[in-house]
Amino acid sequence: MPRRYAGVSATHPRDNGLPPFQRFLDAEREVVWRYLVAQVGAAEAEDCFQETFMAALRAYPRLRAQSNMRAWVLTIAQHKALDAHRARGRRPQPIAEQDGREDTAPSAQEQLLAREGELWQAVAALPDRQRSAVVLRYVADLPHREIAAAMDCSVEAARRSLHEGLTKLRKAVPA
Amino acid sequence: MSGRNGTTVEQIEQALRRGPAHSRESGAGRGARKDAAAEAALAAAQRLSERVSEQGLADISYAPVDSPFGELLLAASEQGLLRLAFPEEDEDAVLERLAARVSPRIVQAPARLDRVRRELDEYFEGRRRAFELPLDWTLVGTFGRRVLGATAQIPYGRVATYTEVAAEAGSPRGSRAAGNALGANPIPIVVPCHRVLRGSGALGGYAGGLPRKQFLLELEGAR
Repeated sequence: MPRRYAGVSATHPRDNGLPPFQRFLDAEREVVWRYLVAQVGAAEAEDCFQETFMAALRAYPRLRAQSNMRAWVLTIAQHKALDAHRARGRRPQPIAEQDGREDTAPSAQEQLLAREGELWQAVAALPDRQRSAVVLRYVADLPHREIAAAMDCSVEAARRSLHEGLTKLRKAVPA
Repeated sequence: MSGRNGTTVEQIEQALRRGPAHSRESGAGRGARKDAAAEAALAAAQRLSERVSEQGLADISYAPVDSPFGELLLAASEQGLLRLAFPEEDEDAVLERLAARVSPRIVQAPARLDRVRRELDEYFEGRRRAFELPLDWTLVGTFGRRVLGATAQIPYGRVATYTEVAAEAGSPRGSRAAGNALGANPIPIVVPCHRVLRGSGALGGYAGGLPRKQFLLELEGAR
């Protein structure tokens, strides 16, 4: 399976048609941010975001202009998110945890958020590859082909991880 | 497609697309949550840009700077000021040329340009007669460097002719070539190509437009 983002080329670093890094950052910052918040939670998203784009900046001049830059930077973000998970040795709690509010009847909005909380707990508890596939698909909004590129696997394998992840989520979250 | 012991896949997908509710206090739906994510991402990106600029990981830092001419675009490398673009120059085009000719590691980092901004402010207020900024001549060829080097020696409030500058650059008959090199000056104002006039005393040309050349000469008391 050829990679869609051959990150390294032997060409001269100058004049390889890459956009200025700031433009790349402007275009990709939000998808990377949302991806990381879903992967590691809002509290750790900042550090992962900084590490992701620092690594991207270091490698940037060697990138080819026709690379799929979104899949490329999400691959880096994915590695940083997995590093963060391992460093903590536990699963993230990316969600609206229950805080001590007054004991009024929960509004429809609060009920919705509580259920979403359970959903994101369940996402956090998925195996790494299933979680990556789910987050790349629904948070980063990537098509299957680009999920495969970002995960460095076949489209079939990406589909399978996504399907398995969704099936687990459906069972985990009450109707 | 409803699961016996769970939600439908469609409901799961919808909720996933909304993203985690990290902006709970806003209490609003998808739109507000997206805006909060957009703002957080922007703030994180700005911290990133300033940080890599400060640590020297970016090859070029740029920032817009106010001036009597409108918003100038300044770009500097580790060596020094590389480019000063007038407001009518297209920002994307300027940055893309820098990416192609110098390095694509370009970030917007205003702090890095603080010193240039300060010296320019002082100059436009009439409180500074000479810039003490390091300059990066990467964008200038060999001949251009000689011409602009000679131009940089013309003192504040004084003028020289194209012929004099060409002679100083070692090209006594090349006043037209010198004019071209001056017209391509990537760092106008700071490298004072506005101080070069025709032998007749006529203004000659200016990449930023003759009214600006006139303005700068009057500011310096040369006209």
